[in-house]
Amino acid sequence: MADPKPSLDSLPLKAHAAGLNFHYGDFKALKNIDMPIHDKRVTALIGPSGCGKSTFLRCFNRMHDLYPGNRYAGEIRLHPDNVNLLDRAVDPIEVRMRLSMVFQKPNPFPKSLFENVAYGLRVRGINRRAILEEKIEEALRGAALWNEVKDRLHEQAFNLSGGQQQRLCIARALATEPEILLFDEPTSALDPIATASIEELIAELKERVTILIVTHNMQQAARVSDFTAYMYLGELIEFGWTDDVFIKPRNPQTEAYLTGRFG
Amino acid sequence: MTEHLSRQYDADLEAIRSRVLQMGGLVEAQIHSAIECLATGNVELMLRVSENDRRVNGCEIEIDDACAHLIARRQPAASDLRLVMAVSKIVTDLERTGDEAEKIARMAKNIHGRGRLQTPPAADVRHAGELAVAMLRRVLDALARLDAGEAERIIAEDATLDDAFRGIVRQLVTYMMEYPRTISTALDIVWIAKAIERIGDHAKNVAEQIIYIVHGTDVRHTAREASRYGQGEPDGAE
Repeated sequence: MADPKPSLDSLPLKAHAAGLNFHYGDFKALKNIDMPIHDKRVTALIGPSGCGKSTFLRCFNRMHDLYPGNRYAGEIRLHPDNVNLLDRAVDPIEVRMRLSMVFQKPNPFPKSLFENVAYGLRVRGINRRAILEEKIEEALRGAALWNEVKDRLHEQAFNLSGGQQQRLCIARALATEPEILLFDEPTSALDPIATASIEELIAELKERVTILIVTHNMQQAARVSDFTAYMYLGELIEFGWTDDVFIKPRNPQTEAYLTGRFG
Repeated sequence: MTEHLSRQYDADLEAIRSRVLQMGGLVEAQIHSAIECLATGNVELMLRVSENDRRVNGCEIEIDDACAHLIARRQPAASDLRLVMAVSKIVTDLERTGDEAEKIARMAKNIHGRGRLQTPPAADVRHAGELAVAMLRRVLDALARLDAGEAERIIAEDATLDDAFRGIVRQLVTYMMEYPRTISTALDIVWIAKAIERIGDHAKNVAEQIIYIVHGTDVRHTAREASRYGQGEPDGAE
């Protein structure tokens, strides 16, 4: 039988969104989102295409800054220092050091495995070989890839299989020791075995890092997450323990989506 | 609730629901027949109850199998998941209710074989049997309509059958002390009364599953809490 769940208020936060609105030009993609991100837990964002879940995820590392006409309002506070990630005074590069992102399609750089993982460290000014080697081994072990690649660190990253490339991207994301890992549909381009290994990895990683994952696969959300947020048309419809959301959702809209009665 | 995007999914769920209700109807008829056997000693009817029990058992296996298939193929969530989980438990209760009906018919055969039916609580036993049939019928209706309020009332009424059982046993004990020669028949009647009381328990279990389907609240083993299922604090609030 499942352990009784602690109340949400009693859990430490890693971040929280408060009154978050986001516009792509005239289009309002996020509407007044308030949401906690609990420390060292996996939070899954689910919802139909266009519901704003990826937009929400991308607010965290200020990806939207790259395009003109995008506007944020409200805040995303990172704990414990309570810095507002969306504050113009906060350097997006610094933000991206604290939060790493893994994308839908594996996107290794056209470099060796070693240099892929070393990239973020070098950006930070770490160039001493011994330190790099130590950090890279740690990151590759963290991404459950070390044993498979330790003898071929100087091969091109593209020689790896899709699942390995995705784990390399996770290792690259881990190398800078981020506080939050952002996954944007990390397994949608992978086969079921590679998917299972990434899901296994997520379960291991949450011991030391907070994870936010966008997924189209509801069963994946059910398998990997502690919390699930259901979004629709830019609004947060329901947030709660994954067990509760999948067995006993409180909102009829969540119910309709989960049971495939949506549309 | 509106339909699924997948019509086949809807059809599969609907098939499971209607099979459970059919099985319930069959079980209800079984109890009815068993009680009639007790009153009339109709041997043919007794044999038919025994025969039909095999059909009830078959229903249980078939519906459970359909539930397993639906879980494997559709990974149901939320209310669909609760329905499938509950159905899988409900069919067990219905199958056991069928067993109780068969037991009643078997005891009726023993009693009529001895040619002595007129122990004092015979009318009470019949009355309790009718109560049990009514309870089962109502719980099946509540299942068809997913009526949690009715399920709650049925749970509360189980106590009436429990009281009836204790009353019958009390009468039989007195009777056995006065007329020791009737002990065999009296014991058979105790078994029948017990079977009727168990039917009430199974109906109550089904009612609890209806509350689970509708509200997602597990009220098993908390009968007294059942009346408050809908009034608890919503858990996991943001």
